[in-house]
Amino acid sequence: MNQVISAYSGIKPGQAWVNGGIEYRDENFITFAEFIKPFFKRLNLGYPKFYKMDPLSKLGFIASELIFKHIDLDLYDKKRVGIVLANSSSSLDSDLVHQESINNRSHYFPSPSVFVYTLPNIMIGEICIRHQLKGENAFLISEKFESSLLFNFVNELFLNNRVDVCLTGWVDLLKEQFEALMMFVEPTGLAITEENSGMLLPFSEETMDDLYKKM
Amino acid sequence: MRPVYIASDNIITSLGASTFANMEALKAGQIGIRMTSDLNLFPSPLPLSLVDSELLEEQFLYILKYYKKNVGLTAYTRLEKLLIISIHDAISQISQNFNDPGTLFVLSTTKGNIDLLEGRYKTQFQHRRIYLWEMAKTVGDFFGFANTPLIISNACISGIMALMTAFRYLRMGMYDQAVVSGGDILSEFVISGFQSFQSISSTPCRPYDIGRDGLSLGEGAGTMVLTTGIEKNSGSLVRIGGAATSNDANHISGPSRTGEELGFAFTDAMKEAALSPGDIGFINAHGTATPFNDEMESKAIGEAGLLESPVNSFKGYWGHTLGAAGLIESVASVHALQDQMLIRSAGFESLGVSEHIRVIAANEKKKMSSCLKSASGFGGCNAAIIFEKDNV
Repeated sequence: MNQVISAYSGIKPGQAWVNGGIEYRDENFITFAEFIKPFFKRLNLGYPKFYKMDPLSKLGFIASELIFKHIDLDLYDKKRVGIVLANSSSSLDSDLVHQESINNRSHYFPSPSVFVYTLPNIMIGEICIRHQLKGENAFLISEKFESSLLFNFVNELFLNNRVDVCLTGWVDLLKEQFEALMMFVEPTGLAITEENSGMLLPFSEETMDDLYKKM
Repeated sequence: MRPVYIASDNIITSLGASTFANMEALKAGQIGIRMTSDLNLFPSPLPLSLVDSELLEEQFLYILKYYKKNVGLTAYTRLEKLLIISIHDAISQISQNFNDPGTLFVLSTTKGNIDLLEGRYKTQFQHRRIYLWEMAKTVGDFFGFANTPLIISNACISGIMALMTAFRYLRMGMYDQAVVSGGDILSEFVISGFQSFQSISSTPCRPYDIGRDGLSLGEGAGTMVLTTGIEKNSGSLVRIGGAATSNDANHISGPSRTGEELGFAFTDAMKEAALSPGDIGFINAHGTATPFNDEMESKAIGEAGLLESPVNSFKGYWGHTLGAAGLIESVASVHALQDQMLIRSAGFESLGVSEHIRVIAANEKKKMSSCLKSASGFGGCNAAIIFEKDNV
């Protein structure tokens, strides 16, 4: 085993987890917006750019912040931090908003602030901007969560010596359906600190499947 | 690690449905961007590069017969037809079997079947066809590819990223060969979006020129078949030398102010290929002709020590084809390298960027063994890939 998962987070309607423990719970919401806004406030990040993001980016951003609470990114060369994310519905949630704005020629109001989010990798850009991460990045699509898709891609980044560490995960959102699983992958030697020494998980398809099932 | 060679390829754009037709058009200086009035695309006339619909339907009908598919033309979307024609052309040039598990299928697109969101297709296709995985599966199943398609949707660097991913998987031995295809169509969705950014020029785009004022949009598809079944230095084929991506971490819809990040993608790709700037015969850059993109690229070229390398952009011929651009333009770059030819950067007259890059102003023969292709896109992403020819 060359790499380990040194931190992971998960978000589903009503709940969020970090490293296996419940981080946030709120069952009294109806929409994604009602769920994510108080959650963001609770995190106390002081990052107003969050409010400009589309729902998919908000979900991925918060899932990554939950991890970076436990990882000191200053320990790494930021040109060598990779991000590899995937989902099923791409940016369809924002695509529908943009399409709505052009459906009626007499009420035609396409907006650049919506259109820019009609690409799923914008979420990666938002995470990169927040932490000045400049390494390899990729957005992949599969019908369902596929650990092999992410594992193979990230594994090749390590084998080809293109990253020192890598954030990877699944962030899917369409209307009020959403789920996020985010993992931080490091070489075995780098990762061990006092805080996490007991909870490093082997970076493998089995671990990722297991974390996804437990969400 | 095994060398990864390009075994065959295809380009479909406004300039033709084969690599040959497109290369002949580029060499002859033909521009595929035309003033277009189509109310399904945009309320007022715009310069666009569109694939001829009649040619597309004609070719697709032929392919349906060739593969003995008992379905009508309406069973596939415009993008699926483009991709299927492109892949058919590339794989039919060589005799390999493509239906075994050793064949990887990689597909790059930004918006897939986005036209299906428009009301006019509502009854023709099932709702799930809007999903990129369903579109990719439809294309893969047409040819009977054994593996689930690997789908890359990473803005305008998708095409290069698809090639880079296949290159990495192949050279480490995960697969023996790969069909790498990319495509995007022009739709009201995409045109209205770029127009809302006020980034579309009212004339065919002019990359790196002092008078450039925005991009031209185009549509198309491109395919490369990559193989590991060839010994190094055994022929005149071109192989992939190295590739890298990076992120600006600066702005989601504007490029880096310094070009440093694209610059180190260039440097990383050269390092992987064990080449130095003096080895790069030419750079086929992204060159969208927006003021900021081209300026950033000139700085990146300077950062990477590549100011001596000739530079061109193909966007002046067939516009910005988004998720197809990396594929289409890589194919054209590989053929320019094989033909030992620097192709004029269409729309360029006088330099309008701050670094003194050497934009190719006229076609020219040049002895060279490698070239570099790059792209940058929304989300701050950058990509670079190097192609090498063994026997020059």
